[in-house]
Amino acid sequence: MNTKVTIAGVELKNPVMTASGTFGSGAEYGEMVDLNRLGAVVTKGVANVPWEGNPTPRIAEVYGGMLNAIGLQNPGIDVFVQRDIPFLRQYDTKIIVNVCGKTTEDYVAVVERLGDEDVDMLEINISCPNVKEGGIAFGQDPKAVEAITKEVKRYAKQPVIMKLSPNVTDIGVMAKAAEAGGADALSLINTLTGMKIDIHKRRFALANKTGGFSGPAVKPVAVRMVYQVANAVKLPIIGMGGIATAEDAIEFILAGATAVSVGTANFFNPYATMEIVQGIEAYMEKYGVKDIKELIGAVR
Amino acid sequence: MAQVKMNGMVKSQEKLASGVYSMWIEAPQIAEQAVAGQFISVYTKDPSRLLPRPISLCEIDREAGAIRIVYRVVGAGTSEFSCYKEGDSIEVMGPLGNGFPLKEKRAFLIGGGIGIPPMLELAKELNCEKTAVLGYRDELFLEKELGSYSKVYVATEDGSAGTKGNVLDAIREGNLEADIIYACGPTPMLRAVKEYAAEKGIECYLSLEEKMACGIGACLACVCQSKEVDHHSHVHNKRICKDGPVFAAEEVEL
Repeated sequence: MNTKVTIAGVELKNPVMTASGTFGSGAEYGEMVDLNRLGAVVTKGVANVPWEGNPTPRIAEVYGGMLNAIGLQNPGIDVFVQRDIPFLRQYDTKIIVNVCGKTTEDYVAVVERLGDEDVDMLEINISCPNVKEGGIAFGQDPKAVEAITKEVKRYAKQPVIMKLSPNVTDIGVMAKAAEAGGADALSLINTLTGMKIDIHKRRFALANKTGGFSGPAVKPVAVRMVYQVANAVKLPIIGMGGIATAEDAIEFILAGATAVSVGTANFFNPYATMEIVQGIEAYMEKYGVKDIKELIGAVR
Repeated sequence: MAQVKMNGMVKSQEKLASGVYSMWIEAPQIAEQAVAGQFISVYTKDPSRLLPRPISLCEIDREAGAIRIVYRVVGAGTSEFSCYKEGDSIEVMGPLGNGFPLKEKRAFLIGGGIGIPPMLELAKELNCEKTAVLGYRDELFLEKELGSYSKVYVATEDGSAGTKGNVLDAIREGNLEADIIYACGPTPMLRAVKEYAAEKGIECYLSLEEKMACGIGACLACVCQSKEVDHHSHVHNKRICKDGPVFAAEEVEL
């Protein structure tokens, strides 16, 4: 049975990776999860300098999901390079660094800095709904998507994954813009912008008022968007949005994803990634699937 | 060893006061590692409620492999927990967080409301002169049990028991003194305790709470403002779940 998949020339032992921001750089979950079992670890977003993030409360539970407005708190690229890359390199897994920024120059600074580092791919976060500048400002305008992709690609030495926002009218248009800009792969979906109000205190549940909606409740939207993007572009897709079980992961692969990311599920099941790796193998066994590539986009 | 997520078993459950419940959970892998001031994540059975509820440990029985939580019903999740009966399974992860530093000094154990439970295990583990100062809105709970390990002073907002007012009013009224403070309770209480400790020049440890998701330091939801640069993100945001929940008072901005 072959579970290997290839994205932009990078071979993953299986299609299961972590979703940025839900897994840190792997150190905390490493106590409970064998990181060697994962196709890749996608790190928490890292900027050129440390970011403080948003005030608390930063999260709220909602029916079947959660809202978060962490605001991309991160230690900046210097600490990341010294501490997190050597940590992850101890394991037999691929490293995908999620890059965030407020300006094009910020993104480029991080991408350039990572040029000589031992990381496998870069995921460019142009879709975070929780920071006022940058992030999503780049991800909701096709011209901006194409421009930032081009600029990042000029400096990147590793393959570039553009992470798309679902908070747009037509995600296919954004996918085509990233493809035109030279992206090597796409990942989707980032979180959906949401809001929760505490009716007893008559206050927003989050200090940031709005936050990114994630968890099992968003899965049908995410599957639809992966299918839509798979039909719009030729690039490999990393699908995510509410994946909690192997069945969820297979749904995304059948819709057109080459790999999948597990995010919010880590919070309620720290073992979710490993269970999904095993569950995909069990599914392949059950249906006599010899190569996982047979499943990618198999439902048309 | 590290934290484990496991299926525990409810050994007993009783109501201590209106909306306040006490549950003993058999969870040997957690009990054997746990220390006073740590907490566990408790998961609901209803899958529409994803996130675990962080609840402090009230008692640890290492020999019996059991832990006790005393919690207040504040929403649908804790309401579900309150319906569990002896023999029911309960999904828990722990032990989480750092716990209280045990120092053999004349101690104040200050608890406000649902911040009182962690003071019980602390009182059991501290081997020194102890005074528990407990603040309630009205109905008392755990004050008798704490009385087996410590002197106990009570304050109630409505004056129905002990000093009318808050924990600091009880300290002043009783002319109480200590050389170290351990405190857990609502933020306004912790702010006042921090100020009191600074005024008196007493060592002080505060146990904080915040909305949490992962419970193990990865998601960065439950940060508090710290004086020093934190070692995770190199800003001023310590993680309550991982770097805390217990902090030296001067270390955090409340």
